[in-house]
Amino acid sequence: MTGVPVSWYLMLSVVLFGLGAAGFLIRRNIITVFMSIELMLNAVNLAFIAFAYELKQVDGHLFAFFVIVVAAAEAAVGLAIILAVFRKRGTLQIDEIDSLKN
Amino acid sequence: MQQLWLIPAFPLAGFLINGLLGRRAPKAFINLVAIGSVLLSFLWVLKTLAALGPLEEPHLERYFTWFSSGDLSIGFDLVVDRLSAVMLLVVTGVGLIIHIYAIGYMAHEGGYYRFFSFFNLFMFFMLLLVLAANFLLMFVGWEGVGLCSYLLIGFYFLRKSATNAGNKAFIVNRIGDFGFSLALYLIFINFGSFDFGKVFSAAATRPVEASAGVLTLIALLLLVGATGKSAQIPLYVWLPDAMEGPTPVSALIHAATMVTAGVYMVARCAPIYTHAPLAMEAVAVVGLATAVLAASIGLVQNDIKKVFAYSTVSQLGYMFLGLGSGAFSAGIYHLVTHAFFKALLFLGAGSVIHALAGEQDLRKMGGLAKHAPVTFFTILCAAVAIAGVPPFSGFHSKDAILLAAHHHAPWMYWAGVMTAGLTAFYVFRAVFLAFLGAPRSDHHPHESPPVMTLPLVALALLSLGGGYFNVPHWLEPMFPAEEHGHDPGLVAVSVMAGLAGIALAWLFYVARPGLADRVAERLGWLYRLVYNKYFVDEAYEVAIVRPLVRGSTDTLWLGADVGLIDGAVNGIGSRARAVGDVLRRLQSGNIRSYAGWVIWGTVLALLALVVGGVRWSG
Repeated sequence: MTGVPVSWYLMLSVVLFGLGAAGFLIRRNIITVFMSIELMLNAVNLAFIAFAYELKQVDGHLFAFFVIVVAAAEAAVGLAIILAVFRKRGTLQIDEIDSLKN
Repeated sequence: MQQLWLIPAFPLAGFLINGLLGRRAPKAFINLVAIGSVLLSFLWVLKTLAALGPLEEPHLERYFTWFSSGDLSIGFDLVVDRLSAVMLLVVTGVGLIIHIYAIGYMAHEGGYYRFFSFFNLFMFFMLLLVLAANFLLMFVGWEGVGLCSYLLIGFYFLRKSATNAGNKAFIVNRIGDFGFSLALYLIFINFGSFDFGKVFSAAATRPVEASAGVLTLIALLLLVGATGKSAQIPLYVWLPDAMEGPTPVSALIHAATMVTAGVYMVARCAPIYTHAPLAMEAVAVVGLATAVLAASIGLVQNDIKKVFAYSTVSQLGYMFLGLGSGAFSAGIYHLVTHAFFKALLFLGAGSVIHALAGEQDLRKMGGLAKHAPVTFFTILCAAVAIAGVPPFSGFHSKDAILLAAHHHAPWMYWAGVMTAGLTAFYVFRAVFLAFLGAPRSDHHPHESPPVMTLPLVALALLSLGGGYFNVPHWLEPMFPAEEHGHDPGLVAVSVMAGLAGIALAWLFYVARPGLADRVAERLGWLYRLVYNKYFVDEAYEVAIVRPLVRGSTDTLWLGADVGLIDGAVNGIGSRARAVGDVLRRLQSGNIRSYAGWVIWGTVLALLALVVGGVRWSG
């Protein structure tokens, strides 16, 4: 890993996070939105790991593991909700899932 | 302790009982409570005065502290001295007679219990006013009688003119009371107390003010209050309108007692007035001007009660003339005799109105003497008394005032004598028009029942013989009588003026009917000026009422209230709504727009950190 400065990892992390955020904002399909969220989480993980490596501290790794666990749980619950919504409404377009509005 | 508090307490109890239970109670019960309470009060006055004897010193009773604040402590203190003894007897005695009369007069009126409960309430406040031992307690009575006056003038509240008259009386009295309360502030600032005893003994130690000083100012402000309550120029305009009330009200409140409160108050404050000669002069001039002006208006009124109302204003002016001339006891003397004969005139007028089923216009009366002989003879007694015919009551008191006025300033005496002639003329004009000649309308008059005529007889006896209650002598310890020397010439002149007035009235309205109209025609504009009461009401309307109403409407109502206050409240409301309209857009319900806001917020926060310079703490 020598020669690759920590800022590069951070740049990659920012790019990944930006892609995730952009996807979250732009895409209409709920699965894609979900995947964008995962992308943002992993961008953050990357930043954690990079800092942990750079600073020679184990805290970053711990945070990353936590994030992975939370992401896994979230994926399980989230996908279950998506499945239930699809069965109920027959669509995955988030703009159409607006029965709480008005 | 003589339990003075019982004197006003009886009528108060009567008011409470009748006011609370009277609606469903039979008339006999209401009569019993109303008359009984005043009778008890009268008897208690007699018992108290008998027990107190000659009253060389004021008898003061302190009950409890009404309130205190800092150095100021106002007690519920009642006092009887020679002055208030006279007032107590007049108020409860004449009040009792008028209460009895009212049983007959009000027998067929609606709101019977309401009438008598207000009547009793009036007695309570009037007695409180008379008994009070400090200015503030007196002010309570003062305002209370004003309230009862308002309630009873507007007794026939379905009639617009009655409620208007009530409002007029109340509002005009407010103007006077404003002066009174300013006087109270000044008294407190200068003497640090409201107690009559303390204030008057402090005032007595001050030098007589040759030019206007603080005592003069206090006295003048008190005079403003008195002109409101006692219907003097310039605030007399409410009293003629107050005749809208039932006739017993006119007799009790607007002739015999309440309107004399101003006279009583000025006499009570004699220690202040005697140290303020300028204010004394003002009292005399105001009184004299009112006496002349009101008497001249009384000459041409056609409503029998209006004639007597202007007569009351005029006679009150006489009392003020007496007070202002330094003859306080003469003023009070006239107050007493006036209470007798003027109450009688009003009750007689009420009897006439009763006989004619509500007719008040003198031009439609006539020939009542043989149908209502008791009323006729009693009212005649009152007429000779007020005209100053010796040896009846009015002669004695008017004489005392005129002599004092002559001693004070001869021109005042002559103006007073002229007024005496006018007084005799208008009173006898009313009597002749109502009782003599041929009936001028097709009423079927009848004499009033005994419950009304007996009070008339009682008052007639008092009117005839009341002059022998030697009030000035009784009051001498309080108001040392100035020795004028009894000048028979002056007395004869004033008596002649009265007799001339009577003779002229006889000539105009009995011997040569029709002469009056021809004279009125010859006088033309002068007659119209007087007939329209010198257009004083109209002048007040233009000069005061209309600007006030317009100012209130345009500036205060539409400008300040609707424009400023409502505008501010409504403006805050609509601004909040407008801001909400904008902010509502944020709450789109769209997750991605929220996320967008979160991201923009984060970006902004980061930018702020970068621009502001990140400081890594470590």
